[in-house]
Amino acid sequence: MGAAAVASSLFPVKAHATPTKLATVTSPYKVNETMTPERIAQSYNNFYEFGNQKDEPARNAQKLRTRPWTVQVEGLVQKPQTLDIDTIMKYRPIEDRTYRFRCVEAWSMVIPWNGYPLAEFIKAMNPLPSAKFVQFLTLSDSKQMPELSGAGYTQYSEGLRMDEAMNPLTLLTFGSYGETLANQQGAPIRVIVPWKYGFKSAKSIVKIRFVDKKPRTTWNDLNADEYGFYSNVNPTVDHPRWTQAHERRLDGTGGIFPKTIPTLPFNGYANEVAGMYQGMDLRKYY
Amino acid sequence: MAVGGKMVGMPARAVPYLKVLVHLLCLVPFLGLLWMYKTGALANEPDPVNFLTHATGKWALWILLADLAITPVRRLSVKLAWMIRFRRMVGLYAFFYATLHLMIYVFLFSGYDVPTAIAGLRAGHLGEPFRQFKLVWPTMLGDLMKRRFIQVGLFAWVILLALAVTSPQRVLRAMGGKNWQRLHRLIYVAAAAACIHFWWLVKTGVLRPWKDTAVLTVLLLARVVYWLWKRRATAVQTAVATV
Repeated sequence: MGAAAVASSLFPVKAHATPTKLATVTSPYKVNETMTPERIAQSYNNFYEFGNQKDEPARNAQKLRTRPWTVQVEGLVQKPQTLDIDTIMKYRPIEDRTYRFRCVEAWSMVIPWNGYPLAEFIKAMNPLPSAKFVQFLTLSDSKQMPELSGAGYTQYSEGLRMDEAMNPLTLLTFGSYGETLANQQGAPIRVIVPWKYGFKSAKSIVKIRFVDKKPRTTWNDLNADEYGFYSNVNPTVDHPRWTQAHERRLDGTGGIFPKTIPTLPFNGYANEVAGMYQGMDLRKYY
Repeated sequence: MAVGGKMVGMPARAVPYLKVLVHLLCLVPFLGLLWMYKTGALANEPDPVNFLTHATGKWALWILLADLAITPVRRLSVKLAWMIRFRRMVGLYAFFYATLHLMIYVFLFSGYDVPTAIAGLRAGHLGEPFRQFKLVWPTMLGDLMKRRFIQVGLFAWVILLALAVTSPQRVLRAMGGKNWQRLHRLIYVAAAAACIHFWWLVKTGVLRPWKDTAVLTVLLLARVVYWLWKRRATAVQTAVATV
């Protein structure tokens, strides 16, 4: 029995029940670094509603029902509405984008995501000029999420400033590796905000709310010293419990040795996003 | 039956076999990691370093707790007096896993480039491992200065180190029983520090260390109860003797 076979029998990925191939178009957003194998991206997840250990979401997320699925759009929009996931997915061509993904825990991956710019979706929703922030709410259903009661919060909430949400990099995401998202990755719909720590990229979204004030965000509520509202990837601002100056790139190439690489400001997307934060003290607004 | 210096409850000749068994039990986690390394399962872990760090830390704490359980369990019956012979050995295993845990932090977690250090050595550059160490040293020093969970973890390890080096019989005799015992009571501090280390490193709201903490609390309470009970028994005896 080969090493891979041993590993797959030891660590089966069960929650990846019915991946569907996605028809995608190419995109210029492509990181030229070794891609993280799908196996790793789908067996090492933070999704506390399914358990707070990295391997638990892959084991516990199979109860999540991703169809039927609707997303409620509400708040400061011209017409609040509830949209079906398949309608949302068909609204724009789904692109292939390979982004760096940097977790606040100092590990990172390179993942091909499939989706289209959140900006396209937001424009279609016609938010009112008074809308300054977008809030994303994750499904909260203990019948489908066995560890919800132990997650430390009742419903995961994340948010972006409007200009961040409209940035061309911010991806409304339905898939990865050319297939629909695995449940443990936040199926059937999530956002990917590649210049921010991973927890900013809300998963399994059921509600998108346009608001005029900074919305409450889960990790900021739980521990404001450790997790700011902005949480832009920043090698010069340490997490209180570890340095953010470098990261372990999880791409399956290092064997038992970690591939430790320097962390880049804004996760390497400074050219695209740094302008949004001009004049802001990023040590204060971490 | 303590007749003619024989061990109570357990035939003396069984002890060597039991020692082998306890050695093997204590080595199971380590052999498991070696096996994972051999089969490639470890390299196939999404984040091998994280896995190793957590595995060794967990086992260090669990074996330390098992060690602290020996005395209260032994006190349950005179027939269990033989158990005391395993205390030092199990304690040394706790130190062994704590040391592995620390080494993994120093040589893997810190960002130390082991492959480059080894390649350097192979090419005859004897200074390469040291040069690599100098690169990661500032990160580790920063951790030590700034992070309380690192400080309390290292504190626990230093205690275990002191207990390990003073564990041989010769040292005990040289130190004198009273001093030695005083020093070795620090194992309670080490266990508490290890639990605090665990609490301080998990995220807010994560209650994972509660089981270990509960076990430690019970083991410490058992000692308090025993001490109170013994004091009362002595007081009664003294009272009876004076009457």
